[in-house]
Amino acid sequence: MSPGSALQERAASAVAKTAPAIEVTGLVREYDERPVLDCLDLTLAPGCSLAVLGPNGAGKTTLLRILATLLRPTSGTVRVLGHELPGARWRVRGQVGLLGHEPMLYRELTVAENLGLQAKLHRVANPERRIAELLEAVGMRERASQRVRELSAGMVQRAAACRAVLHDPVLLLLDEPTSHLDPEAAARVTALLGGEGRRRTTVLVSHDVGAALGTSDQALLLRAGGSVAFSGPASALSEGDARAAYGGAA
Amino acid sequence: MTAFRAMLAKDLRVELRTMESVPAMALFAVTTFIVFRYGLDRQSLAGSLAAGVLLATVLFAAILAINRLFVAERDEGGFDAFRLAPADPTSLLAAKAAAIVIYLLALELIAVPVFAAFFLDSASGLPAIAAVLALADVGLAVTGALISSMAANSRSRDILVPLLLLPLSIPLVVAAAKASALALAAGGPSYGGFGKWLVVLALYDMTFAAIGYGVFEYVIED
Repeated sequence: MSPGSALQERAASAVAKTAPAIEVTGLVREYDERPVLDCLDLTLAPGCSLAVLGPNGAGKTTLLRILATLLRPTSGTVRVLGHELPGARWRVRGQVGLLGHEPMLYRELTVAENLGLQAKLHRVANPERRIAELLEAVGMRERASQRVRELSAGMVQRAAACRAVLHDPVLLLLDEPTSHLDPEAAARVTALLGGEGRRRTTVLVSHDVGAALGTSDQALLLRAGGSVAFSGPASALSEGDARAAYGGAA
Repeated sequence: MTAFRAMLAKDLRVELRTMESVPAMALFAVTTFIVFRYGLDRQSLAGSLAAGVLLATVLFAAILAINRLFVAERDEGGFDAFRLAPADPTSLLAAKAAAIVIYLLALELIAVPVFAAFFLDSASGLPAIAAVLALADVGLAVTGALISSMAANSRSRDILVPLLLLPLSIPLVVAAAKASALALAAGGPSYGGFGKWLVVLALYDMTFAAIGYGVFEYVIED
């Protein structure tokens, strides 16, 4: 690397540290020319949390997958952790954790083997200790050597939560993270995802409107079709107004 | 290399647990040899006919494993998990190709002795056949892994893989068949021109490895 490019690298890194964690302008995502997200603007400061609300088909999961670098925007600008997507996705990967509908765990591997594989892919230091800590945190230490296909949906969700935070991501993207979980497990997983003692930037998709608004700094309310009904401080959006956007479905 | 080793170890561990690919490939190969044995009604084969029987069997057995190569990545979120990691995408292609090479070597450890017992009067050509198969395995594995990744998200995966792989493997089959025919010639191996066909096989391997290296990232990205 030349001195010039090293300087540019350091400058880019400095900008990335001070820039908003998420900066979205005019985001459109279409499937077969049908808009799923329609002209979305969004800014989220580092360390803040965002609740994404809306009925089925509002584009919430699509938004998470775009922020996770897994989907390309059809048009508009998306910057995550100071890096523009999809071009600079390699700078973002490894700093993002995604817990979605799919647990992303191999069914024929044990829980520990799955987490060990992800630890290698993310180059996690001291992986055995980290995996043991995480499994302890979600009450799954005794299940470490069980294959994923033998676990209940709730246990799979706990293991998936461990996978999502295994590499201590800067940005955490959560899609209904407590689905399938009993209240005790939900509390454990929520505590784990909450940041393990430090404040992560978090985007939370949830149909539990009251809880999501109560725990988030910002709120984004999407209508079916992906247009924005509300974007701003969570305290400025009432639970009733949010539920109205669901058409009484929530 | 860490991602390559991790993904290869994962695939081998899953195969050892489920035994989904290699036993099916071996059973297919042995059954095919039995069909050829009685279908051709010949006690022994030599030259291009022997080469054709061996290579066609290995090629179609390979398709069984190649079809399943990315099933777990597609069905269990493995593609997304891999893409979320700061890993070189080509390490996934290399790991998958290495897994297929290992499956094919395991298949050939069973299939070649059975082939020799069924069809060959002498085992003198087998060392040369081993060299041909080793190079053919690499080419099949690289091309197969690339095609399988492209077909993984299609509902017609089982049809697409052979439809795309068989035409692409024609140069490999031609070179391997020519070299194998010399190794299995009646009256003992004949090595005139044998090296030339090995070079063609190596060039095929390198060409498709380079193509895979260049395009795989675009195949697995949105």
